[in-house]
Amino acid sequence: MKLSFLLNGRPTEVDCEAQETLAEVLRARLDLTGTKVSCEVQVCGACTVLVDGLPVSACTLLAYEVRDRSVLTVEGLARPDGSLHPIQQAFIDEFAFQCGFCTPGMIMATKALLDDNPKPTDDEIIHFMDGNICRCTGYVPIVRAIKRAAAQIQQEKGK
Amino acid sequence: MSAEKKRDFQIVNHSVPRRDGPAKVTGKAVYVSDVKLPAMAYAKVLRSPYAHAKIVSIDSAKAAARPGVYAVLTSNDLTGLNLYYGHAVKDHPLIAVDKVRYAGEPVAAVVAQDERTAFEALEFIDVKYDELKAVLTPKEALDKGAALLHERTFEAGALRGFEGEVAAGRGSNICQESHLKWGDVEAAFARAAAVVEGEYYFPMAYAYAMEPYVAIAEVSDNGVTIYSSAQHPFMVRHDLTTVFKLPVSQIRLIVPFVGGGYGSKSYTKIEPLVAACAWKAQRPVKLQLSVEEAMLTTRSDDALTWMRTAVDAHGKIIARQARIYMNTGAYAENSPLVCEKATNRTVGPYSIPNVQIDTYSVYTNTVPASSYRGFGCAQVTMAGESQIDELATKIGKDPYEFRLANVAKPGEEFFPKMRPFDGTLKQDLEIAAKALDWQQTPPKGHGKSIGCSTSDAGAYPLTSTAIRVHADSSVSILTGSTELGQGSHTVIPQIVAEELGVPFEKVRVVASDTAITPYDRSTGASRTTTLMGRAVLEASREAIEQMVRMAAELLKIKTDAIEVVRGGVRCGEARLTWSEIISRYYGLPDGEVIGRAYIRKAGDFSKPPVFWETACTGVEISVDEETGLIRVEKLATVGDVGLAINPALAEGQDIGAATMGMGVGLFEELVYEGPQLVNGSILDYRVPRFSDMPRQVEMHLVENQDGVGPYGAKGGGEASLNSMPSNIANALYNATGVRIRRVPLTPEKVWRALKERQ
Repeated sequence: MKLSFLLNGRPTEVDCEAQETLAEVLRARLDLTGTKVSCEVQVCGACTVLVDGLPVSACTLLAYEVRDRSVLTVEGLARPDGSLHPIQQAFIDEFAFQCGFCTPGMIMATKALLDDNPKPTDDEIIHFMDGNICRCTGYVPIVRAIKRAAAQIQQEKGK
Repeated sequence: MSAEKKRDFQIVNHSVPRRDGPAKVTGKAVYVSDVKLPAMAYAKVLRSPYAHAKIVSIDSAKAAARPGVYAVLTSNDLTGLNLYYGHAVKDHPLIAVDKVRYAGEPVAAVVAQDERTAFEALEFIDVKYDELKAVLTPKEALDKGAALLHERTFEAGALRGFEGEVAAGRGSNICQESHLKWGDVEAAFARAAAVVEGEYYFPMAYAYAMEPYVAIAEVSDNGVTIYSSAQHPFMVRHDLTTVFKLPVSQIRLIVPFVGGGYGSKSYTKIEPLVAACAWKAQRPVKLQLSVEEAMLTTRSDDALTWMRTAVDAHGKIIARQARIYMNTGAYAENSPLVCEKATNRTVGPYSIPNVQIDTYSVYTNTVPASSYRGFGCAQVTMAGESQIDELATKIGKDPYEFRLANVAKPGEEFFPKMRPFDGTLKQDLEIAAKALDWQQTPPKGHGKSIGCSTSDAGAYPLTSTAIRVHADSSVSILTGSTELGQGSHTVIPQIVAEELGVPFEKVRVVASDTAITPYDRSTGASRTTTLMGRAVLEASREAIEQMVRMAAELLKIKTDAIEVVRGGVRCGEARLTWSEIISRYYGLPDGEVIGRAYIRKAGDFSKPPVFWETACTGVEISVDEETGLIRVEKLATVGDVGLAINPALAEGQDIGAATMGMGVGLFEELVYEGPQLVNGSILDYRVPRFSDMPRQVEMHLVENQDGVGPYGAKGGGEASLNSMPSNIANALYNATGVRIRRVPLTPEKVWRALKERQ
């Protein structure tokens, strides 16, 4: 079947089968391999993408469900001039990843959090991000990165 | 930081941003799971439902005839290949031969045009089994008349990394034994002022690298090429030369970014199977395991440790004895080495005059155990550091003061025939105690603990590298060290940029392709900064020596008139950059100089271990007596790293390792009910999450430049795991007076123990 949706701001049409997940379509058919798949049961958050601004697990969402909707993946986060989004930069500045396998999902979840709650407290960050697993960092630098990104985004808005 | 700096570093000892940062935050970083080759097919694996059974017959005709299926692979189809591999013991068939030894063992594989087609074909393979009695614990496996897993003896693997004999297959289920003895243990216990004795259990754990095992193989006239998520490409290459009977030059392992390892991706895993699939199907084949399948591939050895420790009337530890049974599962994998390391690491970081440790790795019909971050140290430190607290309590001493009085001193030969102790544990412990306000009594319901460990780390010192200095002064480093997230691809160019005096940005890392990068034994045992770091330092200096000779020729002067400065040389008023030397020497703005280095078991590295990996951790926990729930409120890590090439990365390793250790201390455990793993998925196997993170965290590095690595560096990254499970048990005792000797300390276990106390 033909699937049409808005992908990272661009109208996209792709052939896929009814049983394919969004993660499969993104990775195998559209070569957007930034979205990672780990647990395949919606537990780890590695495959998090935004659908109409809300975080979903692409590993368990049928691709069909995103017809005529807007999907944002990690590949669509950088600014049009190619510069990094403040969340991406904050993850680098705070050493908020090691192996990097959870990072795209972690960054997309952060985007959803900060879009909804621009100045989250530590408790709010922990509550919101609890569905994303990282096995390398012990989470501490990720919380720092989220706070740094929030401050940076606020500062840019103030300009 | 207490380091006295021997020189001012420009790039080293700075928290330079990660080299792989931009790729990893934009989704552009390539892992094997992202790689697609032209005409690539996909494999899926049929696994045994039985823990122990004879394979009576396999009929794969129906599966092979399905549309889109290219090949079905069973042990019947592999004439011409050597099916058994293993770097420690060659006991592991790449696919089950005649019998299965654990539930989940690969029995057949289907290669098809896509994963779904391959998966759907699996149910059309008809396997008839004749079930055998299974043994699931070391105790059962060592009983008289227990079913044998392996009926025959095996050759030692070529890369064992230690001297122990092969016990596997000699008529019992013992895979490996390791014995350590000095002094007179019996006499020491007889005259002891106080003794504690107990039995401790460390569970089977799953490392959960978020990228499950994945490999792609291609077989051509040029040999076998494999893309793999392997930590140790050169050791996998060695195993494949055995399987395919090919020269080393015809096996090529390529390892791009690896999505986490923590020991679980060390040594050979699915590569022989996927290579055999590619050989049979005559096209490139990808095998991507799911997390559930990864959990059926490798786990940590669980360990049951009986231990006793004695002190004299002055509070000095005089003896330790232990007997350890490790459950190694169905195949040896790396467990023989884990067995030996666990034995050594049972001594702990203490100066003990009388020691006897006897360790047995035992085959059982469970998932094969192998390396897990810390290589046996976490298992035995759970026992050792629990017992240190128990002993201190028994003689009325503060556990922290008791440790201070007994830890090995810098330069002390606390372990016969080994390198003298190269850390400063007293200083480390003091930092941890300060971070925890040790003298301050914690609030009701809270408890504190400080623990420490040291490991004979670095594995076998065999590492080589080449540094190519180009005609524009930019540099390419050829390194076999794999980037697992630990930051090797940032630390290695930091050292080269420091030595050559060129900008960090101009140093490129070319890594982990056995056809291109020189031999490096492994990326594990916390060895890369020390061994590869030292290798790239020496190779940089060798390149500089060559360029000094070239400059001398160009300037028509003697080499000793030349002074090396940042980025080039000087002789009086004359200055030449590396770029000018190379360009003028060759007469073109091109060409290069290649610096090389070979590290082997000689010189600084002749005495094992390469270094003592040393760290302390401290925790303050809260215990909810109503529910038994423990939370780690405060965490302090102290890494005794000699010199941190990149402090942020070193601290990141410590907190990551401590968090894994916290997971095993609180809830991580693979559970068998009968022959089946019952929590073999991430739905059921609980790992630490954001909400488990301690709210107060302090990370400290101790930098006394006392290692043999570059600028006095030593490795880190495993040690902070080791003392965390015992810390949690000790802090529970501190909070409640209840002693639990089996981790994890789940709410149910704690609640029951609290009930029993009342």
